[in-house]
Amino acid sequence: MLEVTNLRKVYPTGDEALTGVSTTIEGNEIVAMIGPSGAGKSTFIRCINRLTEPTEGEVTLDGTELTALDSGEMKTARRNVGMVFQEYNLVERLTVMENVLSGRLGYVSNWAALRRNFPQEDVEMAYDILETVGLGGMENKRADELSGGQRQRVGIARAVVQEPKILLADEPTSSLDPDTSHAVMELLTEIAAERNIPVLINIHEVHLAVEYADRILGLHEGELVFDGPTTDLDENAKDVIYRGKALAGESSSNYVEGSDTVTGETEPTDKSTITGD
Amino acid sequence: MATEEGHSELPPDRTWRRPTAFGNHRVKWAVYVGATLFVLWSLVSLLADVSLGRLLTGVNNGLLLLEAMVPPNTASENVDRVVGYMGETIAMAFVATFTGVLISLPIAFGAAENIAPRPIYYLSRGIISITRAIDELIVAIIAVKAVGVGPLAGIVAISYLTIGFFSKLFAEDIEDIDMGAKAAIDATGASRFQALVYAVVPQVAPRFVGLTVYRWDINIRSSTIIGIVGAGGIGTLLLRSFERYEYDFAALILLAIIAVVLAGELFSAYVRRRVQ
Amino acid sequence: MKRVAAFLVAMGTVVVSWLHMGLDVQYIRTAPAELLDLAVRMFPPDWGYAPEIVVPLLETVHIAVVGTIIALTVSVPVAFLAAENTTPNRITYAIGKLIVTVSRSVHVVIWAMVFVVMFGPGAFAGMVAIAVRSVGFVAKLLGEEIEEIGFDQVEAIRATGASSSQVLLYSVIPQIKPALVGIGVYRWDINVRSATILGAVGAGGIGVQLFNSVDAFRWSAVLTILIAILGIVLLSETISARTRAMVR
Repeated sequence: MLEVTNLRKVYPTGDEALTGVSTTIEGNEIVAMIGPSGAGKSTFIRCINRLTEPTEGEVTLDGTELTALDSGEMKTARRNVGMVFQEYNLVERLTVMENVLSGRLGYVSNWAALRRNFPQEDVEMAYDILETVGLGGMENKRADELSGGQRQRVGIARAVVQEPKILLADEPTSSLDPDTSHAVMELLTEIAAERNIPVLINIHEVHLAVEYADRILGLHEGELVFDGPTTDLDENAKDVIYRGKALAGESSSNYVEGSDTVTGETEPTDKSTITGD
Repeated sequence: MATEEGHSELPPDRTWRRPTAFGNHRVKWAVYVGATLFVLWSLVSLLADVSLGRLLTGVNNGLLLLEAMVPPNTASENVDRVVGYMGETIAMAFVATFTGVLISLPIAFGAAENIAPRPIYYLSRGIISITRAIDELIVAIIAVKAVGVGPLAGIVAISYLTIGFFSKLFAEDIEDIDMGAKAAIDATGASRFQALVYAVVPQVAPRFVGLTVYRWDINIRSSTIIGIVGAGGIGTLLLRSFERYEYDFAALILLAIIAVVLAGELFSAYVRRRVQ
Repeated sequence: MKRVAAFLVAMGTVVVSWLHMGLDVQYIRTAPAELLDLAVRMFPPDWGYAPEIVVPLLETVHIAVVGTIIALTVSVPVAFLAAENTTPNRITYAIGKLIVTVSRSVHVVIWAMVFVVMFGPGAFAGMVAIAVRSVGFVAKLLGEEIEEIGFDQVEAIRATGASSSQVLLYSVIPQIKPALVGIGVYRWDINVRSATILGAVGAGGIGVQLFNSVDAFRWSAVLTILIAILGIVLLSETISARTRAMVR
C-alpha cells in the first residue's frame, strides 16, 4: 500500500510543482493520473521513488517511510518500486537481456553485475517475463535494434523483474502509436492482476485512462482536484482538471476538499485537453 | 553484436551469457589475455629502469626548464629571426599545398571507384596507402638528402605527404556524387573527359576548396616541424635554440608556432564553413 | 566574381611565397634526378640488417602502447572537465579546454625535445611525449562523446535500486565504452606512426636507427627500415580498423 501525505515540491527556480498532495493506492488497482502538461504529474511519480527529492510531505510504501530513508537505504527501497518511462530509457547499447536483468541489480553484488553473472532464478524469471511481454527469443538483440513498442515492453519487463510492490509508469504511451498504446496499457493491467500489485500511470490520453483505469487522480497546477472511480469522471470533472474552471453549484465527494483553484483564479487558461509535450 | 538464433528448439536453454562480438567466449578471452600480456610486456620493457629518483629529477629539470623559458626572450633581433623563419614556414606551406594538390588531383579521380577504370583504381589506391604510411619527418629527411638542406626539401616532403591525404579524402567525395548527372551527360555522347568536366567537377568543387584549405592548415603544422631535420622553416631555429640551451629564445619560438598553428586552424575552419 | 577574386588571391600568395623563398631554379631542375638517384642507391634493401631492427621496432610499438594507455587514463578526467554537461563550473571547463588545446597544438617532436631535456634521451622521454600529445586528442573526442550521454538511461538504472557503481557499470560505461575503445585504438595506431620518428630528437624507437643510417648514407639499410616501418604501420592500421568495426 502506498500512502502519500501532503506531498509538496518546490523547484530551485521557485516553481511550486506540487502544492501538498495526499492519496492512498492499494490492492491491485490501476490508478491513472491525468492533468494538463505541467500540472505536476511527472514530479508526483518521481517524488515517490525520490528520483526527484520532495520538499515536504511523506511517502510510505507498505509501512516503510521512503521520505525518511537516507540515500543508501533509499537505493535498497527502490527495488520495491518498478518504474516505466515515457522514452523507455533503455540502455541502448546493451542487449535486451541485460536491460531486463538490470532490474535485478539491487539484489546482486557489483562484481557479479560486472561479469553479468546473475543467479539462475533471476535469469529464468527474466526469460519468463520476456515471454509474458511478448518478446520471447529476443534476449540477445540490442535495445537500439528494437521498435518503440518493443522497447517499452523491455522497459516494463525491467520494472516487473524487480518484483516490485508497486509499479509506476510515467507517460508510458506518449511515444507510441495508438495500437501499441492499447497493447501496453493492456499489458500493465494484466501485470497488476497477475502479480497483485497496484499500478500508478501518468497519462495524457484521457480515453486510455477511462478505458483501463479503476480510479482516476486529477492534477491541476500541482493540486489534486479529483480523486475517484473512473465512472465518476464526467465532463464537469474534466473541466476542473484541465481548465481549473469553477463548478457551478456541483458538489461531489470526489472533488478534493480545500482546493482553492476552483475559486480565485479567473484568468482564462488556454490549456487544452489534448496538449502534447 | 546480437546474434539471431531460432527460438523454436524444444528444451529451451534457460541460462544466459552475454553474446560476444568475437563469436565465441574462448576467442574473446584469448584476445583479452593476449592483449593484456602484450601491454604488460610494454610496461615492463619501458618502465623497468625508470626509478622514482629519475622521475623526480625529471620533474625538477622540467621546472628548471620552465624557469629558463619564462619570460621568453623578446630581443628585437630574435623577434626578427622568428618573423623571417616564420615567413619561410608559411611560404613553404602555401607552395607545397599548391603542388601537392595539383599532383593529387589525377590520383584522386583515379581512386574514385565510381569513375575510374579498375587497373587505375588499384594503382591509385596503392599509391595512397604507401604515401600515408610514412611519417612526415622521415619523408623530410629523405628529401633533404635528395635535394639538399633548405625549403625546397620541405616543399618536396610536404607535397608528398599531401598526396596520400588529399587523394584519399577527395576520392571519397567523388564517390559520393550523384551519378544521375553523369549518366545524363554521358547520354549526350560526351567523351569521358567532357563528362568529368560537366557532371563531376561542379558537384565536388566546394568539397575541393574545403579539403584544400583543411590540408593547408595541416601543412602549416608540418612545416613548423620539418626544419628539425633541415627541411626549412622555423623548426631549424627551434632545434638550434635547444642545442644552444637558449631556452628563453625557444620559448619565443614555441609561442610563435602555437599562435600560427591556431591562426591557421581558425582561418581554415572559417573558410570551410563559408564554402560548405 | 568573389570566387574569382579569392582564387586569384590564393594563386598570388603561392607565387609570392615561391619568390619569397628565393629558391634556385637549378636545384628544382636537378631534384627529380637526385630523387631517382637516391632510389637507385637504396636498392636492393639490406636484408642482413633486418635482425638488428627487431628490438627497436618492438620498442616503437611499446612506446605507442604505454603512451596511449597513460594518455587514456589521464584524459578521462580531463574529458569530464572539458564536457559541458559534466564540468563542475566555468573555470574547470576553461582548464579542461586549455589542457586540450595546449596538448594538441604542440607537435609530438617538440614535446619529445622538451622531455629529452627533462628525462634524458631514450624511449621513456618519447613515451611521455606521445602520452602528452595524445591527451588533448583523446580528451577532446571523449568529451564530445560524454556530452552525448543520455541521462535518462542513467536515471532508469538508478530507479531499479542499483548501487552507484552498478549505475556506472550498466548505464554510463555502456554508453562511452565504444568511444573509449575506438578512440584508444585509433590513437594507438597514430602513435605507432609518431613513435617511428621520435629518434630524430633522441627519444627512442626505430627512428634512432633510421636517422643514424641516413647520416651514414647506408641507403640500403634505410630501405630495410622503411619497409619495416611500412609493415608495422599497416599492421597497426589493420588492427585498429578491425577493432573499431567490432566495438560499437
